[in-house]
Amino acid sequence: MEDFFQWFRWLYDETGINLTILYDSFDRERMVRGFFNTIYLSLICLALSVVIGLVGAWLQGSPLKWTRRIVQGYIQLFRNTPPLVQMYFFFFALGSLMPRMENEYGIMEPVLSNWHWAIISLSFFAGAFNVEIFRSGIEAVPRSTVEAAESLGYTRLKTYIYVVLPLAFRVCLPALNNNLVNLVKTTTLAYAIAVPEMLYVANQIWSDSVNVPEMMTFLLLAYVVLVGLLVHVMNRWERAMRLPGYGV
Amino acid sequence: MSSSSETAATQATWTPDRPIVSIHGVHKRFGDFEVLRGVTFDVMKGDVVCVIGPSGSGKSTLLRCINALVPIDEGSIQVAGQEVHDPKLDKLALRKKVGMVFQQYNLFPHKTALQNVMMAPIQVLKQDKAEVRERALKLMKKVRLNGKEDAYPGELSGGQQQRVAIARSLAMNPDVMLFDEVTAALDPETVKEVLVTIRDLAEEGMTCMLVTHEMGFAREIADMMYFTDNGVIVESGPPKEFFANPRDARTKEFLGQIL
Amino acid sequence: MRAAGERLYGTTDLPVLLPPGERLLRRASRERTDGVPRLTLKAWHGAVIAAVVLLAAAAAQAQGAAEARPGVLTALWKWVPLLVEGFLFNIAISFLGMGIGTALGTVLGVMQISLLPPVRAGSWIVTQFFRNAPWLVLLFFCMFLLPFEFRVMGFVVPFPDWVKATLGLSLPVMANVSEIVRGAVQSIPSGQWEAAESLAFSRRQTLVQIILPQCIKRMLPPWMNLYAILTMATVLASVVGVSEVMTLTQRVLSAESRPELLVPFYGFVLLLFFMYCYPIARFTHKLELRYVVKL
Ligand SMILES: Nc1ncnc2c1ncn2[C@@H]1O[C@H](COP(=O)(O)OP(=O)(O)OP(=O)(O)O)[C@@H](O)[C@H]1O
Ligand SMILES: [Mg+2]
Repeated sequence: MEDFFQWFRWLYDETGINLTILYDSFDRERMVRGFFNTIYLSLICLALSVVIGLVGAWLQGSPLKWTRRIVQGYIQLFRNTPPLVQMYFFFFALGSLMPRMENEYGIMEPVLSNWHWAIISLSFFAGAFNVEIFRSGIEAVPRSTVEAAESLGYTRLKTYIYVVLPLAFRVCLPALNNNLVNLVKTTTLAYAIAVPEMLYVANQIWSDSVNVPEMMTFLLLAYVVLVGLLVHVMNRWERAMRLPGYGV
Repeated sequence: MSSSSETAATQATWTPDRPIVSIHGVHKRFGDFEVLRGVTFDVMKGDVVCVIGPSGSGKSTLLRCINALVPIDEGSIQVAGQEVHDPKLDKLALRKKVGMVFQQYNLFPHKTALQNVMMAPIQVLKQDKAEVRERALKLMKKVRLNGKEDAYPGELSGGQQQRVAIARSLAMNPDVMLFDEVTAALDPETVKEVLVTIRDLAEEGMTCMLVTHEMGFAREIADMMYFTDNGVIVESGPPKEFFANPRDARTKEFLGQIL
Repeated sequence: MRAAGERLYGTTDLPVLLPPGERLLRRASRERTDGVPRLTLKAWHGAVIAAVVLLAAAAAQAQGAAEARPGVLTALWKWVPLLVEGFLFNIAISFLGMGIGTALGTVLGVMQISLLPPVRAGSWIVTQFFRNAPWLVLLFFCMFLLPFEFRVMGFVVPFPDWVKATLGLSLPVMANVSEIVRGAVQSIPSGQWEAAESLAFSRRQTLVQIILPQCIKRMLPPWMNLYAILTMATVLASVVGVSEVMTLTQRVLSAESRPELLVPFYGFVLLLFFMYCYPIARFTHKLELRYVVKL
């Protein structure tokens, strides 16, 4: 392994192609951490956005007109504004309103860090799409299909578990996948509020090691491969989950 | 409390010489609108009963009430001695006895035909998978769909889907089958294959209640005809008399339009 | 041959999924071809943003009055010309970016339906590559890797930051336009190709004179939506330091250093974007409805 890394040092000496992230253990660890931060950010925002979507879809079924209107307002606002502005708004406007607390070194710190704000703003961004997706998914299952299950002796709960949710999920999956791919791409915006995800780390490395072209190319390839892989896996999954007879 | 012990008592005393479905003075309202206004009739085990009537007269509602898909407001419905109009009704026990087939098939589109048939016995009745499978395969053969076991509902024609739906209900081993306009969504050629399936069932002695607009079929298969209008049974009788000389003016008019 | 966008939902007449589900599947497949979500701007969104700006300004005004500072609206008014100028810069970037992206994307899209496998494969790879890359990363890529000037035949052509940013933004546009073109061409019934062929049209003639004109109608809604999305994405240029409206807003805010100005100023920027994108979104929607009806 070490030989493999050292080869890149030799490559640098010979050709000037400076891939510090491979032969320099400090840069390498930074990059790996950046990569996992991107993954972590995507996963946690995915989980939270699903929760937000479910709660929102449930609230949209509320009999109270104003509850429904507020949820609708939330959806429309987050769907139709640039996510970067949303993130700035959360971080600068709401962040400045948050109380500050003393951390373990005795320095005053905001309660919510830039990490938190990135997670919050991206989750709300993706969640807005999920509300509509889940709502349509549940509404897609006809009342008569539920009745058919009931007439076969299924209880309410079992009807949900075996019939309504599996069906709704299949209807939601393509839209959810679009949203997930979009979310992973949007995590790069966390750069703007200094969250050390892949783009931010790459920027640090190229400022330290002055290897912009190498890092830039690596970064672009890394994202394209990551997103491409995700798209591929999702497409496979979608094909497996497709309602047979309802697609070509 | 008293009603449930009473149910248990009547259940214990049900014998084949008593009606398997006994409907008495049933009223059903949706808001202000009264759909059923005192319907009364009995169905004996092995009988085939056809209910006809104009659209909106409450035929579907009646079948739904028998299966406890909608609660009734007044009266009593007993299935094999079990009172349906009972807050403590064991719906599972009732639905094991009563199978229902819908106009729109209502198959579960994310499961294959065979899985549709196997689902409820496995998940609801917790029966052994291998046994259920064997029975399901037989049922598929019975509805003449062997070879289509692995097709999904979206890949089957309407008539095929409807026969899967019939097999799905039969898999629960019901005592009574309810058919609600099961051929209404089909085109004329496929109607026949479904009707043949139902006739086979009736000939095997299955108790059937059909809502249908297929008068020829009703005449051929029914032991008893009922004509509903405006939530009441206007006229009833064995098909021969019923079709030959209807007494009520509304029946005459309806038959005149439809025949 | 079916459109890529039509693959996700079938055409069965059986009542298994209700309209909300059908709509969801349809939208998902449309957004998959488009590569970006659809905007759903409504007039009341503008009213709400305007109300928020005014309310926040009024609240800040009250606060400012207590501390005897100049009013918020005065401050906002003072900076409006600068912000609007910045916004016009965003519009300029979006125009240029859309123009470049559309030109390149159309070529790429047509290459995707070429009869030559290498051309088809190559253009497919390029399209997928730029579709999968995040917009911000592409922006960085162009910002840092393009030179700040070109030398062409002894002339020095300067290449300022904003031009590089525009190129960066036009790359994802190119990829999305390419998919839109391909989807539209494939949605034309194959009978059109056959009919043209039987009339002795060459493939090129068929494409230019028969197929593409029919595609325009289908491509217009997603193309306009993409433009609106691009316009909103021009704020990304602030991350790499182009003096567009978001950068200017942040500079103004730090110069004023009054936290209560934050909401009115951000709100005002949103309002600018809303006023520009709303008519586009409405028109997109209208065109699409007309198209659906004619289907
Ligand atoms: N859930 C409900 N809520 C309110 N009204 C209902 C409901 N279900 C049925 N109805 C009404 O009850 C009446 C009878 O309905 P039902 O479906 O039983 O008629 P039907 O005899 O089966 O008619 P068709 O021949 O058209 O199927 C109709 O007027 C219908 O509008
Ligand atoms: Mg009916």
